[in-house]
Amino acid sequence: MMTGPSTREQAGAGFVVELEKFSGPLDLLLHLIKEDEVDITDLPIAKIADQFLSVIAELGLNQAADYLEMAARLLRIKAQMLLPRRLGDDEWEDPRAELVRRLLEYQQIRELVDWLGQAADARAERFGRGYEAPPPDAPPAPLQIDLNDLLAAAERVIALIPEPMLHRVVPRPLDVEGATARIQALLAERETFGWHQAVGPQATLVDVLSTFIALLELAKRSALTLSQSEPFGPMVITRAISREAA
Amino acid sequence: MQSLAKLLEAALFAASRPLTLEELASLDPTAGEPAVRAALAALRSAYSDEHGVELVEIAEGWQFLTRREYAETIERAQFALRPRRLSPAALETLAIIAYRQPVGRLEVDEIRGVDSGAVMDKLVERGLIEVVTRGEGLGRPLLYGTTPSFQEILGLKNLEDLPRLEELSVALRRPTPVDEPE
Repeated sequence: MMTGPSTREQAGAGFVVELEKFSGPLDLLLHLIKEDEVDITDLPIAKIADQFLSVIAELGLNQAADYLEMAARLLRIKAQMLLPRRLGDDEWEDPRAELVRRLLEYQQIRELVDWLGQAADARAERFGRGYEAPPPDAPPAPLQIDLNDLLAAAERVIALIPEPMLHRVVPRPLDVEGATARIQALLAERETFGWHQAVGPQATLVDVLSTFIALLELAKRSALTLSQSEPFGPMVITRAISREAA
Repeated sequence: MQSLAKLLEAALFAASRPLTLEELASLDPTAGEPAVRAALAALRSAYSDEHGVELVEIAEGWQFLTRREYAETIERAQFALRPRRLSPAALETLAIIAYRQPVGRLEVDEIRGVDSGAVMDKLVERGLIEVVTRGEGLGRPLLYGTTPSFQEILGLKNLEDLPRLEELSVALRRPTPVDEPE
């Protein structure tokens, strides 16, 4: 099977990517015929039809009308092989004839494509006068889709959207009053103490913030003074003397 | 070099596209086509070895083109860039139209087994194919053919330069007419 791991990975992304691989159902059929090394004029239709169906299912091509049409054609020929029609006394109609003709014709076109591609490559190695830079890619042709296609495409895109990350924000009010009470109790007990005593053991972020605001507030009210021996040094909290004196 | 050859040289240098024999002959109405042919041959041999450009017969005309061996260096310096390659779908469509022209969209679809409308629109836009006539039958479908630009980008002298179908390894007995559902 010509599907590498990359094809499998891309299969979920939709058939558009895979269409690039084959230029149409005839191209895919020729590929299968070449791979099986079977005689194109004596096509083992049942085998080829099965392979065709499994490949288009695997590549997600079974959503593309051209491929579906060919799949239906193959199955019809497969059925007709069981009940061939008599053309004359010794002649039986070969239901494959038309398909074989088309395949041969297409094979011829592919051979011409190789020739044309090589000719174009050779020509591209010569520059003429009045060189003009190749124009930028033309904008893609306007899409022609109906509403159902659009809805189906939208569904596929929506399915690809990951679950949004939700953060729950819970209000946690600061307990400034509690911290103030705790500091005032400490002040009544001792004349001076440090930050760690003020904030208490196993302080949460809320405790730290509440304590800090309470300290600033008390300092503003001149209930205490805050000092540090050096920048970023440990904070020393001292009972305000003026008040004590008064 | 004789004066007619010099005149042709100047005209071919000035033009940015292949000039046909008739166009070149119009430069000097007294000369006549055989003399122009002879002058072209002289010009081509003058450029055959000693120059970085050569006189090439292309698209039913003549044009000065750089030699292939300099393509990479010129491109690396970005003085000129190779045109983008045509997609397989575009080449398939061109092949069918080149050999079946004038040909309608339905026949191209039928041979390729896929809808070719978008590809053909792009080829028209790039000037490689054009509507040449209308077919008989219902709706008088537009029939397409290749343009001189098609020959130019492939470096063909003319359409006879295309490989003949009998030369291909897959020989068809004869192109069976496709019955179009019209």
